[in-house]
Amino acid sequence: MEGSSAESALSVSANSIRITDLTQDGDVLMFAITSQKLNSSAGVCVFREHEDFEWLQQSLFSQENVPGLQGIIFPPLPPKALPLQSNMQTKALKQLGFLALGQDWQGYCKALEFYLQQVATHPTLCKCKALDSFLINSESPGKQRGRKGIFNRLSQAVEEMRKESHKDVDNFFQNERNKNTNITALSKIATEKLIDVVMTEQKLALACGHFSTSLHLCVNQDDAAAVAFSKVCLKLSDIIEAVKQNFEKVASNNLTTLGLGLDLESRYQEAEKEMLFRRTCKLIELETVKKSTEKAKANKREVMEEFQKAVEKEFNLISSVAKEEIERFHSSRVNVLKNFLIGWCEQQLNTARECAELYSQHLEACRNMYSE
Amino acid sequence: MAEDREPPARLDAPHARSTDPEDAEDLFVSAVSKMEASPTSPAETIISSANGPEPEPEDIFLDEDPDDLFAEATEEVSLDSPERQPILSDGPSPAITPVTPTATLDPRVSEAFARSPDQDEEEEEHRDVFDVQISVSDPEKVGDGMNAYMVYKVSTKTSLSIFSRDQVSVKRRFSDFLGLHSKLASKYLHIGYIVPPAPEKSIVGMTKVKVGKEDTSSGEFVEKRRSALERYLMRTVKHPALLKDPDVLQFLESSELPRAVSTQALSGAGILRMVNKAADAVNKMTIKMNESDAWFEEKQQQFENLDVQLRKLHASVESLVCHRKELSLNTVSFAKSSAMLGNSEDHTALSRALSQLAEVEEKIDTLHQDQACHDFFLFSELLGDYVRLISAVKGVFDQRMKTWGKWQEAEMMLQRKREAEAKLQYANKPDKLQLAKDEIKEWEGKVQQGERDFEQISKVIRREVGRFEKDRVKDFKVVIVKYLESLVHTQQQLIKYWEAFLPEAKAIA
Repeated sequence: MEGSSAESALSVSANSIRITDLTQDGDVLMFAITSQKLNSSAGVCVFREHEDFEWLQQSLFSQENVPGLQGIIFPPLPPKALPLQSNMQTKALKQLGFLALGQDWQGYCKALEFYLQQVATHPTLCKCKALDSFLINSESPGKQRGRKGIFNRLSQAVEEMRKESHKDVDNFFQNERNKNTNITALSKIATEKLIDVVMTEQKLALACGHFSTSLHLCVNQDDAAAVAFSKVCLKLSDIIEAVKQNFEKVASNNLTTLGLGLDLESRYQEAEKEMLFRRTCKLIELETVKKSTEKAKANKREVMEEFQKAVEKEFNLISSVAKEEIERFHSSRVNVLKNFLIGWCEQQLNTARECAELYSQHLEACRNMYSE
Repeated sequence: MAEDREPPARLDAPHARSTDPEDAEDLFVSAVSKMEASPTSPAETIISSANGPEPEPEDIFLDEDPDDLFAEATEEVSLDSPERQPILSDGPSPAITPVTPTATLDPRVSEAFARSPDQDEEEEEHRDVFDVQISVSDPEKVGDGMNAYMVYKVSTKTSLSIFSRDQVSVKRRFSDFLGLHSKLASKYLHIGYIVPPAPEKSIVGMTKVKVGKEDTSSGEFVEKRRSALERYLMRTVKHPALLKDPDVLQFLESSELPRAVSTQALSGAGILRMVNKAADAVNKMTIKMNESDAWFEEKQQQFENLDVQLRKLHASVESLVCHRKELSLNTVSFAKSSAMLGNSEDHTALSRALSQLAEVEEKIDTLHQDQACHDFFLFSELLGDYVRLISAVKGVFDQRMKTWGKWQEAEMMLQRKREAEAKLQYANKPDKLQLAKDEIKEWEGKVQQGERDFEQISKVIRREVGRFEKDRVKDFKVVIVKYLESLVHTQQQLIKYWEAFLPEAKAIA
């Protein structure tokens, strides 16, 4: 069952990877991942928790014998989520941003699913054994601590900041870095603003719910006048209930399409940023080595030159992989965003149409009931 | 902000226009059935009562004991009556002095009109009653600084004959409205009519306007007040008795109105009001009424409950309005960030789509603002009005209690006088005895009158409560339909926006 040949391709179809279920076991969230085997019609289902995803990501980072590994834009893994309790909302928001807002973890599961699909469709990464084993082994990878990855999140140390703004030797990359910095910031802001919108929509739904309930409390059957008034209150209650459901639907649409898309874009831009940073660090390393080599005394010079050549080779490999990755990224992100935007528009349009229909029915009913 | 003042301005107009024959009939059905019991010829009564206080009382009113009608009338509306509510006018209304019998009959006369048994008269009457349209518009600031005030144009369109013209416009300021309410309350509250309360004062709101802040909040305040004044006037004229009141007519028609100074919060009259309100509260606690009529007890409880419920609803709606405003802000913010993304985007089609996204969001924001306005003007203000109306209703119930108290006091006095007389029988003081006998006669009269007052106010309240409850249902129905219309309209706009955006999204290569 394990495809463990040296150049193993994935044994399941990348596009069939789905996260179909989510269960909560105490503090731990378990995801059910299904996929379709490539050479048979058999399906596979495995259960993984976030730690397992982290293991996968680490494994990807720490692959050996992959030339220019550092030039790869690694699909970003959504951060770990704690099972939601109402008082943890703000904490969850800080951690997960968008993904914390959906009901039943819809958005979060979709984001994880997307991650797996992106890894599985990456020309280089799909060959990683860890991925195959992640997807088809009934046993989880366990708490294996692989070799510590070559990088983690960009820290905000002053040192790092200085490196980040190091001037590039290549115009293409300099431009890309500038654009990336810009868009990373803007997409992050846009995502946050959309979160605000969705949260307000949810608050509105809640407020409508309260209003609707209060109207129910006005019902009493004491006499004819009270009955007439109660009928009116109940009608209004129904209408407000419809308004509430509309808000919930609109918020959910925003979440699962545009929200998800913006969140993904934002995290992907970050991933590109990290890749570019790695390359920049390598560049700095190269330039430092060059300077040392120049200053080196004769006896050390040859060793240094050898070393310099190695670093240069690495740097060039990284740069060429990076270039490919960047182009691939540019075309795919436009496509991804396009799909999300279309999905968003279509869903909101459907919701608006359904809602208009419902309101019109209510209006007809009221006009008939209250007509002169 | 509220440039388009048309929708709120017309809020009550359709109500006036939409003659609901069922309801209109109800107003008169009870009158008709009661009138059938009366054996007199009503036709001549109506015509004569329009002009003077001559008509036989028994033709018009259904009281068992009609002879004392005028005596009642004179007493009740006497300006010297100590029981009057403290918010009343200080002086006689210039249009008509309520002290003379002619004028005191006005509420009675209009009742007569309302309960005319003559079918034709009646139909013309109730066709007329709903044909009054009042609009309050064109707020203008007059003066500067802290002495500034807003003046509103009050326009009346009607085909009723009691008005001197069928279209008239006058300019009024807020204190004029308060003055009108105060006069109406002084005339009608203590006989059991539910007088619609005037809009509330707002020192903060007005100060902002006076100081000249041209921002949205003072604009909103003026619009809110304008709409409230309009609703107040419409409610007032919908009341069949108040519609014919000379003060109301004068308010709507005459170009000059004497300034109502006693309505200022911090004036001498204002302080007096506060003191009297406190006295009233104490009185309320000491009068323990023997309620013999279950209907009143139930109704009072119902109104207590309704008060609580309405306040809760009002709070819910306010929260709704608040959140909508927040949504509007957030939507605009998101639109801006999206526009910036679009600008920084290299890919042309994507860039355009993102900019379009920003535009769609901005349009949606406008919709949110409109909807927030509707939520506010339709529901929040309606509920607020009703919370205040309930206070007026409770006030009327309190008046009944006071009337009862007065009657009981008269009974007690009579008792004492009788005891005093009994004692004097043995004291052999003939002149004092005669005095005592006279006093007994006087107090017997007062007791009878007290009882009649009480019965009368009870009857009026029953009718008023019935009318109030009908109106309440009508008002809410009208608002619901308007709200639904606004919801449908918003959704249809939304659909248009999404349909326009879809091709843009699909066009991203």
